[in-house]
Amino acid sequence: MKKLLVLTTAMAGLALPGLAQEVTVMGWGGAYTASQIEAYHKPFTAKTGIKVNSVDADNPATPIKAQVEARNVSIDVASVEIADAVRLCDEGLVEIIDAASLPAAPDGTPAMEDFIEGTLSECMVPTDVFSTVVAYDASKFPNGGPTTIADFFDTAKFPGKRGVKKGAKVMLEMALMADGVPAAEVYEVLGTAEGVDRAFAKLSSIKNDAVFWEAGSQPPQLLADGEVSMTIAWNGRIFNAAMADNKPFEIMWDGQVFEWEGWVIPKGAPNMEAALEFVKFSTSTEPLAAAANWISYGPPRKSSAPLVGTFKNEGKVPMSPHLPTSPENLTNALASSLEFWADHDTELNERFNAWLAAN
Amino acid sequence: MSATDPLTTADGLPLKRALMRAQRSARWRAFVLVAPLLLFVVVTFLVPIGQMLHRSVHNPAFPANMPALTEWFRATPAGTSPDDRAFAALAADLKQAAANRTVAIVGTRINYDLPGTRSLFTATGRRAAALAPPFRTALLEADARWGDPALWAAMRNASSAYTPGFYLSALDLTRGNDGTIERVPEQRRVYVPLFLRTFGLSAAITGLCLLLAFPIAHMLATLPLRWSNLLMILVLLPFWTSLLVRTTSWIVLLQQQGVINSTLVALGILGDDGRLTMIYNQTGTVIAMTHVLLPFMVLPLYSVMRTINPAYVRAARSLGATSWTAFRRIYLPQTVPGIGAGALLVFILAVGYYITPALVGGASGQLISNLIAFHMQDSLNWSLAAALSALLLGAVVILYWLYDRLIGIDNMKLG
Repeated sequence: MKKLLVLTTAMAGLALPGLAQEVTVMGWGGAYTASQIEAYHKPFTAKTGIKVNSVDADNPATPIKAQVEARNVSIDVASVEIADAVRLCDEGLVEIIDAASLPAAPDGTPAMEDFIEGTLSECMVPTDVFSTVVAYDASKFPNGGPTTIADFFDTAKFPGKRGVKKGAKVMLEMALMADGVPAAEVYEVLGTAEGVDRAFAKLSSIKNDAVFWEAGSQPPQLLADGEVSMTIAWNGRIFNAAMADNKPFEIMWDGQVFEWEGWVIPKGAPNMEAALEFVKFSTSTEPLAAAANWISYGPPRKSSAPLVGTFKNEGKVPMSPHLPTSPENLTNALASSLEFWADHDTELNERFNAWLAAN
Repeated sequence: MSATDPLTTADGLPLKRALMRAQRSARWRAFVLVAPLLLFVVVTFLVPIGQMLHRSVHNPAFPANMPALTEWFRATPAGTSPDDRAFAALAADLKQAAANRTVAIVGTRINYDLPGTRSLFTATGRRAAALAPPFRTALLEADARWGDPALWAAMRNASSAYTPGFYLSALDLTRGNDGTIERVPEQRRVYVPLFLRTFGLSAAITGLCLLLAFPIAHMLATLPLRWSNLLMILVLLPFWTSLLVRTTSWIVLLQQQGVINSTLVALGILGDDGRLTMIYNQTGTVIAMTHVLLPFMVLPLYSVMRTINPAYVRAARSLGATSWTAFRRIYLPQTVPGIGAGALLVFILAVGYYITPALVGGASGQLISNLIAFHMQDSLNWSLAAALSALLLGAVVILYWLYDRLIGIDNMKLG
């Protein structure tokens, strides 16, 4: 009996490498994970037979850090924001992923060129792009809403209060773009003392009309209450308010500042090969496009854009106009610079707080 | 038996020693009984606070990851301009740190003192393996900023794990290139003004709470028990309601399109474009926090007033005192323990308040705790957050000491 047990155990052990086809993916939960299950997990299992276990965390970067440091890793792939990805990568807690090994676009464009410039990094493959935008209540502007980021700072042309994010990041970039700095030069200008002065001067022009918010749930509420006529907001929140609560909220994409999130593979992931396989599959052109049908975050591959369909595949609301990455929304857009904010976060936020306190 | 012989117990033991032995075992029993609580307080309260205080003066990121350069700083006096040995040490440390993937940790540490340097470290770290002697030329070619005296001063400051630097930052001070302490440029002075505002607003909120709570507590204490219990529930009901709900209710009431403004406009008291700005500023913070903290003032006042015998005031009146004199000289002094307890409670809670000012504070109603939260969660500069918290803690302790000297802590009655 004992012999038999030993034998079967050994056989199971031998068979395991062939059978151990599963991969554990950690996401953020909610509608976001739901979109990933529909667009990545299900098709991946259907195609390869590898089972995908989905687990959630508030911010997967935290458990990843804890697991790798304790050398007890149970997660194969995790979804993290770019800022956390770079931090984890700098501290050597996640694997370096060779961007050249990612699948090319259907038309043969290599992955390195297919992903939007600046989104690929050493350790992370992007899955979606979210954005900080200007949102407004269309019913407040019967003669047409704002069309450029400069309009947000023009209270003469578009009267009413403004919802402003209480923090230097994004606000300074938008102020400079509104002041006529081309998106490509924003960080160069912001790196100089004169550039910072210029950004704060522009912000000062709406300070008396500003309502400052801190939590992401506040801007849709401020718009709904009529407290502000226009606000800086996160695009997903505005889309949700417009869809779920039928609010007449519009997003003005000019001058949007976008960030992205994506997959990292923790050091010592138990199913490294399957994990890499999963990352390559889910960040290829079709799955990225499919995910955008479930949530208003844009696919980071240019080749995905034409394949995006309708909200929840119901055929009613085309998703393309609601994505930060749609070509028509990208005409004047800025990719948030991680490097810049890692360098200047404290300094500029101190200045921002001093500016807030001054009358 | 002479008078000088010590008293003994039946078994011949001196009475003093027997008594001590009996007391010792009683003391042991008492200690064992409180031991769980003591352990709990030490583990969950004293140790974390101690760790936090330690973190405010201790940051080993640089010496732990840049050993050779730390050694050079130790061997040379402050102000020495970097020589070839220093650059060689820097290059060796960068190579090692790049291999260990700790360059970013060092860069982040230097970045606290000299903004914009994190990328200098990470960028050079990426190419560190290719650095070849002479290292001074190699490093300056990689990035000219490696020759910046300010950078070397910042690295020297960071090279000792124990540093007063975070306290300097928390007081809007900085160290110049030559090591002297100076104030930071005016547009970056943010902590001292915020500390002052935090204490000013907290004092105002405490005063308002006292003004509002005194009559309420007096009424509760003098009404028949049947009625006072009912009214007490009205005081406690908001106390049991979630803080977030109460704060958001104030937003609904006070905002420009809110209940109060709309009512005033409907009554014709205000024009539609003259709506009052009562929230997202200091006014909003004061109103919401006064409401949230009011029960902490009412309860100690009430418990003290309940015990005051009404006969004293009646006696004063019968002896010819006016009602004002009787109140001022007889009633008020007896409520001081309650006033002291309530004021101290409200003030200490207000000084550390975070969520209400974050939601309704807008630009002018932020408190120092909002910046502590920023450094805990966003900038991840925990040492600076710890230094700010320690200053706040120190100020409260000084206040407590002052209270003890002026009024006496034994006099305080918390309910």
